[in-house]
Amino acid sequence: MPNGSPSHIVKSYEDELKRLREMIARMGGLAERQVADAADALVRRDTRLAGEVVARDKLLDDMEREVEQYCVRLLALRQPMAQDLRLIIACMKISQDLERIGDYARNGAKRAIVVSQQPMLGSLNGFERMAELVQENLKGAIDALVEDDSGKADEVWANDEPIDGIYNGIFREMLTFMMEDPRNITAATHLLFIAKNMERIGDHATNIAERVHFAVLGTPLTEDRPKADISSSAVVNPPA
Amino acid sequence: MNSETQTNVEATGSFGGMQVRSDAVLNTENRITISNLDFFYGPALPKSLKGINLNLPNRQVTGMIGPSGCGKSTLLRVMNRMYSLYPGQRAEGQVMMDGRNLIDPSMDINELRSKVGMVFQKPTPFPMTIYENIAFGVRLHEKLSKAEMDQRVEWALSRAAIWGEVKDRLQSNAMGLSGGQQQRLCIARTIAVRPEVILFDEPTSALDPISTLKIEELIDELKRDFTIAIVTHNMQQAARCADQVAFFYLGELIEVAPAAEMFTAPKQQKTQEYITGRFG
Repeated sequence: MPNGSPSHIVKSYEDELKRLREMIARMGGLAERQVADAADALVRRDTRLAGEVVARDKLLDDMEREVEQYCVRLLALRQPMAQDLRLIIACMKISQDLERIGDYARNGAKRAIVVSQQPMLGSLNGFERMAELVQENLKGAIDALVEDDSGKADEVWANDEPIDGIYNGIFREMLTFMMEDPRNITAATHLLFIAKNMERIGDHATNIAERVHFAVLGTPLTEDRPKADISSSAVVNPPA
Repeated sequence: MNSETQTNVEATGSFGGMQVRSDAVLNTENRITISNLDFFYGPALPKSLKGINLNLPNRQVTGMIGPSGCGKSTLLRVMNRMYSLYPGQRAEGQVMMDGRNLIDPSMDINELRSKVGMVFQKPTPFPMTIYENIAFGVRLHEKLSKAEMDQRVEWALSRAAIWGEVKDRLQSNAMGLSGGQQQRLCIARTIAVRPEVILFDEPTSALDPISTLKIEELIDELKRDFTIAIVTHNMQQAARCADQVAFFYLGELIEVAPAAEMFTAPKQQKTQEYITGRFG
């Protein structure tokens, strides 16, 4: 049992809580894979892989429903208290975050198909790096839940800034491409949305980290999270 | 959202103006203040309560939980000196109400029990009429005319939410009532002498779920006028009824907190293990 707390007197309840963690771990694993594949499909211009990502998203939707029903049952039948109550509520919300992450990945994959039919724009290194960081955070957040480790959750929570940084870079880069040549606008716009999707996925990973922190310690993370997304006020002037 | 709604949200400072019930606990004065209370069931026996410090906030419900033998019922019994029926049992420390120590032998026990009433696990109606069950205790403390007594009986039965069910058979024997009705009759008997504090010792453990909810609704109603302490083995009941909850273990008070805090994020490891069912 994580945290060194003894296990439940009722063994089947203990097993059910364990199963809930496993469900979230499986769901998290699939969400990570969707993010990775969506990024790969973009960078390698692999439309088949992009199609797979789009098709697989339904699995995440189904899993979310399953987690929700399972949690409702646990609440009704076990009347959980304290850490168990917090865990169940957290899992219910985390499954929503993961489902949303899946939606962003699917949308990215769809756009990757369009982008693959357009001329190349730059190196897409930033996208690869962003996807890596986002996956790392997502994995860290899910591991924190499975291991009941609030320290790990806090690390993920504080580690979103580099993702925002890359996003800002991509934002400026794409605007520049568009200014240079209007024929870039289609690809650049789709790439902007893909980057924004990745950035949003990163935000959901920090949401998950917040929920894990609350589930483990019982206190909410209320400080302001370090953020570096300044694109909402960014201006890029056309070359003179 | 129109501007009016927006102003409302800002004014209350919380979503929809919702307040957690238990927040009120800390903002009220205390009716009973217990400090450094020890209790012994016999001269050669170890302490059954060890240095208890606990306040019963005025017109709030204090729930007491803990495994069997943890001292929660003992504490309840100390508060109206039930133990003085048994030679050899002894309490030390302070249980202060209105500037007087309730466990001081100089405190008149009949006066104490008219101020601090008790309702037990099993309904204990007297084998008398419904009317007499209420009037009996009142006569010990007050001299009332017939009309005044009638009024008092109706008041007590109404406050205990049983008047409607018994008003046409006040002269029938109380033993003919159902378990839930008997328990509400006992509550009526307790409040008939107009106490300040009511102690409930597992008041619903012998009742069906609907009768249980009626008692809980009644407790909620009674706390407008009375300060209430309830010992219960049913954690959900403590969560439903209590404003603050105290957790006892092996004669010690481990933790006391507003109910919402106690059941969502208790501070002590032992409390957490107990309320989540991970004990031992």
